[in-house]
Amino acid sequence: MDRRDLAWYVDRVAQALVFVGGISAIIFILGIFVFVTKEGLDFVLGALDPGEFFTSIAWRPTSNNPTYGALALMVGTASVTGFAMLFSVPLSLGAALYIGEFATGKTREALKILVEMLAAIPSVVWGFVGMSIMNPLIIETFDVPVGLGVLNAGLILGLMAAPIMTTIAEDALKAVPDTYREAAEALGATRWEVIRRVVIPASKNGLLAAVLLGVGRGFGETMAVLMASGHAINLPTSPFDSVRALTATIAAELGDTVYGSNHYGALFTLGIFLFLVTFIINLTADVVVRGIRKK
Amino acid sequence: MVEPPIIEVRDLTISYDGQPALRDIALDIHRHEIFGIIGPANSGKTSFLRALNRMDGFNPGMEVRGSIRLNGKDINDWRNVYALRSRIGVVLPLPVGLPMTVYDNVAFSPRLRGIRKRAELDEVVERCLTRAALWDEVKDRLDSLGSLLSGGQQQRLTIARALSQEPELLLLDEFSIAVDPVTTMRIEDVLRELRSELTIVLVTNLVQQARRLADRTAFFLMGEMVDIGITEDLFEGKVRDERTTGYIEGRFG
Repeated sequence: MDRRDLAWYVDRVAQALVFVGGISAIIFILGIFVFVTKEGLDFVLGALDPGEFFTSIAWRPTSNNPTYGALALMVGTASVTGFAMLFSVPLSLGAALYIGEFATGKTREALKILVEMLAAIPSVVWGFVGMSIMNPLIIETFDVPVGLGVLNAGLILGLMAAPIMTTIAEDALKAVPDTYREAAEALGATRWEVIRRVVIPASKNGLLAAVLLGVGRGFGETMAVLMASGHAINLPTSPFDSVRALTATIAAELGDTVYGSNHYGALFTLGIFLFLVTFIINLTADVVVRGIRKK
Repeated sequence: MVEPPIIEVRDLTISYDGQPALRDIALDIHRHEIFGIIGPANSGKTSFLRALNRMDGFNPGMEVRGSIRLNGKDINDWRNVYALRSRIGVVLPLPVGLPMTVYDNVAFSPRLRGIRKRAELDEVVERCLTRAALWDEVKDRLDSLGSLLSGGQQQRLTIARALSQEPELLLLDEFSIAVDPVTTMRIEDVLRELRSELTIVLVTNLVQQARRLADRTAFFLMGEMVDIGITEDLFEGKVRDERTTGYIEGRFG
């Protein structure tokens, strides 16, 4: 066999392997969606009362007369995520601006590595921090009976989401060509004016995508929220109230359910709901990011 | 009475990571002249321009020594480097349209100065675009992105933008590289007209462009200023150094 023929075969094989790798991502996403839907479908079509599911806070799957009101869980997830974003979005964007626009040389490299390390901390460790450090701290500082709740889980979740948002936001800033900065500075703009009038407008889609990915992270996080939120079914009226998240409910209860039971199906229905919400968030982020590339 | 020069350069040495790119430059640039700088690539022309408005911060490792005075004041004594830069307009070899509309590109610098009234901005934008010989071509598309213009139009846009700073000094670095000959001639006409209002430093690869435009010309070669003089004198052979004639006549470079 000729040398060029061999190269041709290698090329075919390499293409096939890469194709399998690429297509597997789609297969897995579809597979997960089909599985989650299949497990929850019987319940959705049978015992589920949509009115109760979306408007009642009575989540009593193990009662003699079981009810499946998921409103408190949805509000729990939304309030913790919302609180987390409230402080972690400004924090992350600030960090990204500092790393991307001001820090130089070793400071910059050190910060980037540290931020990436922060992203690698396992969520159970964050949950542990929430339970054993933040909890007493909140009790003492604000003089409240319990320190596990929206505030605690929100702070922990915010710290968890911040590294990802920082990294993506910094990438977006880095995508703005230096020639823009130079041209604007040559026109007499200060560093801040360059950032505000040129860099941020040019990277705003990437920055928005970073925020949406952070929101997605918040919705999906389970262990840390389970440990720091108090895990009590409750519509919160203050940041110190305990709440329960959708994800935490699934993780805590699934092991105790009978396969195929209504409880089992109800948990998978929560899963479908979560899947749809995170899917929509990620899709939005993706569409937005594509928006920038086209320009 | 002779007016003091707008720019006085003494003992200027520029190096990158310790490698000198320009050595011991001393020259004056007079008010309302077009000062040409010619020379082959890598002779330090662009470094010289970057030093004039203190853009050296953008090149890590670039070190500027010696003194540059603008209107008698050392440029390093300007605590507010942004105020210094706003008095110096720059046009780079490849046009950099800021990622905004044609209008906003030209209104960028006036807005930094605090001009907010639409009518006033309109007036500045029209005047600068007209002076850069671009108004007629873009007056109906002021709201489209600057980056959608053709290369030659973008270059005139950067000239309009530089003029919108109302600079005392305009630095042009090989502005005609990305511009067709007809547009180049139009821009050259504009520069000749501007001479009455400001001072222009023109770095160019095109020897004939220097001859057409510059009142005086300096010849940079491998980091040294080999020659400086009235442009016509240089072209007529009144040179300090034979290499100048050699370069002008295209024997090397």
